[in-house]
Amino acid sequence: MTDQRTAVEAVDVTKRFGATVALTRAGIRIAPGRTHALVGRNGAGKSTMVSILTGLARPDEGTVSFGGEPAPPLGDRDGWRRRVACVYQRSTIIPSLSVAENLFLNRQSDGGPIRWRGLRRRSQEILERYGVAVRADRLAGELTVEQRQLVEIARALSAGARFIILDEPTAQLDGPAIQRLFARMRALKEQGVTMLFISHHLNEVYEVCDDVTVFRDARHVLTTPVAELPHGDLVAAMTGDAVTLGERSDRAAPAPEVVLRTDELSLGGHYEDVSLEIHRGEVLGLAGSGSSGKVALAETLAGLRGAGRGTVSIDGVRLRPGDVAAALEAGLGFVPEDRNKEGFVPLLSLTENVTLPVTRRLGRYGAVSTARQRAYASRMIGELDIRASGPEQPVGELSGGNAQKAVMARALSNEPKALVVVDPTAGVDVRAKEALLGAIEDAARRGSGVLVVSDELDDLRVCDRVLVMFHGRVVRDLPRGWTDQELVALMEGVA
Amino acid sequence: MTERSERMRVAPVALRLGRFRDLTLVPVILVLLGAGAVVSPTFLTAENLINVMQQQTALALVVLAEALILITGKFDLSLESTVGLAPALAVMLVIPSSAGGFGIGLPTFLAIPLCLLIGALLGTVNGFLILRFQLSAFVVTLAMLIVVRGLQLGLTGGKSLFELPQSFLYLGSATWLGLPASIWITGALFAVGIVALGYFRLGRSLYAIGGNADAARAAGVRVERVVWGVFVIGGVLAALAGVLTTGWLGSISANQGNGWIFMVFAAAVIGGVSLDGGKGTVFGALTGVLVIGLVENILTLRGVPGEWKQLVYGVIILVALMISRLAGGKAQD
Repeated sequence: MTDQRTAVEAVDVTKRFGATVALTRAGIRIAPGRTHALVGRNGAGKSTMVSILTGLARPDEGTVSFGGEPAPPLGDRDGWRRRVACVYQRSTIIPSLSVAENLFLNRQSDGGPIRWRGLRRRSQEILERYGVAVRADRLAGELTVEQRQLVEIARALSAGARFIILDEPTAQLDGPAIQRLFARMRALKEQGVTMLFISHHLNEVYEVCDDVTVFRDARHVLTTPVAELPHGDLVAAMTGDAVTLGERSDRAAPAPEVVLRTDELSLGGHYEDVSLEIHRGEVLGLAGSGSSGKVALAETLAGLRGAGRGTVSIDGVRLRPGDVAAALEAGLGFVPEDRNKEGFVPLLSLTENVTLPVTRRLGRYGAVSTARQRAYASRMIGELDIRASGPEQPVGELSGGNAQKAVMARALSNEPKALVVVDPTAGVDVRAKEALLGAIEDAARRGSGVLVVSDELDDLRVCDRVLVMFHGRVVRDLPRGWTDQELVALMEGVA
Repeated sequence: MTERSERMRVAPVALRLGRFRDLTLVPVILVLLGAGAVVSPTFLTAENLINVMQQQTALALVVLAEALILITGKFDLSLESTVGLAPALAVMLVIPSSAGGFGIGLPTFLAIPLCLLIGALLGTVNGFLILRFQLSAFVVTLAMLIVVRGLQLGLTGGKSLFELPQSFLYLGSATWLGLPASIWITGALFAVGIVALGYFRLGRSLYAIGGNADAARAAGVRVERVVWGVFVIGGVLAALAGVLTTGWLGSISANQGNGWIFMVFAAAVIGGVSLDGGKGTVFGALTGVLVIGLVENILTLRGVPGEWKQLVYGVIILVALMISRLAGGKAQD
């Protein structure tokens, strides 16, 4: 693999959006047949580079070339489609149309009437050629996330492109699906397909990529074979200075008082007989795969679901099942799994979002004191280092990491006795991750008992102990000092 | 893996049913036909059924227009006002001032082309405000509904126009080969709609845009241009509906089309067109219109007092929705 020709190259690309500079003389060069990773923190310019490489945005300066030839003009969508295909972060599958039509979107025919039977047949051939076990005439909306992604990859390849961009393809997949995706990527590589892989998970970069390019603050930092770059150096290149993640910082040992306990809690189809206790100042991890029931358990604690059997109590007060208001009243803070859906109100300002659960304490008789609201929000913005143009900016405009910090700030706003956080660092960059995990530890220092529900090893490393769930049951209580292999094996049920 | 191949073998059955999703209202129509026959012996006569269809033609054209716009993921409330203003304004341009016109004296054969042109212009304005100004289609067309109606009221002084050129009345009143011309016209336009949306790339792009505009754009669909075009076509169809109504009634009242939009949405939604865009078919919309027309006819034949019609009407629409939901098996958005 010492092919020195170039499959794709972007040189000295600069792109501005109004006052923001998204890329400053940044470039990337990808050798044919290699799997190339593009990493960088949120806002480093990865998404802009993807838009430019797929012909959706025009660089203000700089050039893009494919196999040594200049890229086609922006209007020539077919020209682009033959050279590059992209599996975007946001699905571009149209759920109300059939798989076949999605595969041939806007090229169902050459202008004449569409021959549906022929289209379905050709689609089925494509799906079979790329080993996608899906019928072409099914509605795309009925497919699983994984199947949809495979259809997108098949679509990308069927247009004739030999270069595919995979923009955070693993973000929505669970462990086994990620492994299947990787197996497929390796198979494509065998066939000589060039890939650009974007991910926040550095271990994935080490697992499937040959080369890596790092962007930081809109600039190109380095490009090197993955094998020659130790993990710490990669993180350093991304952040600009070395950080060590996930080391439990100094914290006093948890106090004996129990702030949150469950007694033989069960919810049919999700989890069975879960009894746990979280102490004041303790950070307890709850690990498990996607089907372990850990998220359903967390949602039960927050009152979003009612348990079938068993009780939840906070600080000795038994909660009414399925009552969110009661849980908040009793002193629970909650960071939900899907921040976009349940975490914040996108159009409301940072201030309003952050203070949503505590409006009652900020004023009397249902009125909200704006001054106090703002003071509180500014404090949280400072503490969590939320990057926004100001406290009035709508949360929907913030980057993923900052939006997540806003959700965390909201959960912390009523100084919870017990804090339950689900996937606190999903889809955020290294620096934001550090701030969010730091906030969790600070909460514990101030006396909250924290439950971290996650399968991210970095999240679990800050915990005092980790409960592992498998198929709805707590199978192990791991004290500090576990190894990655041990924990992963337990989560996957192979221990 | 075995589970998956299992599912693949089962899929065709579900699919074959899925292909008939369009037909979910057919049982409802059959039930209505049966009920009608019981209610009145005149119901199942050719004369009555032709009458039902004739009365629904204008509404059907507006439903066709709305279905196209809804599938594209947009909204147009102003169509009902276009049904009134387009013919009124066009006629006023050609009739003498003694009959309520402007007295410009344009040749009368221009009345229908002018009417359709006015419809196209109103669609263009809607498209301009929604696409160029990036305003919400709901709010823009709600305002346009009021503006256009207000324009008609202002221009006509709230009066009806009675002295209309014969050529303008022709389409709404003529009979071709034993059937009213309006049925032929409406039928032909629905056929064009079914073929265009079912078998042509441009028509399919409406579904792509309504389903996921970004994905459509990434696939090379000129989203803005297509959406704008759909609004223009919608305006023209509504104007044509105005021509048919005018020909049928022989005059243009100041509130022609007033209140239609509720029936239009009811017909489209009953017919399986989703308000969220990307779902539904022209044929489905047509069955929706038929259900509404049959219900209306049965109520009339049954002699239901006018005061109660509204209520029965609403309830029957809800029942039709529930039946199509159960038959279709899918949650309606």
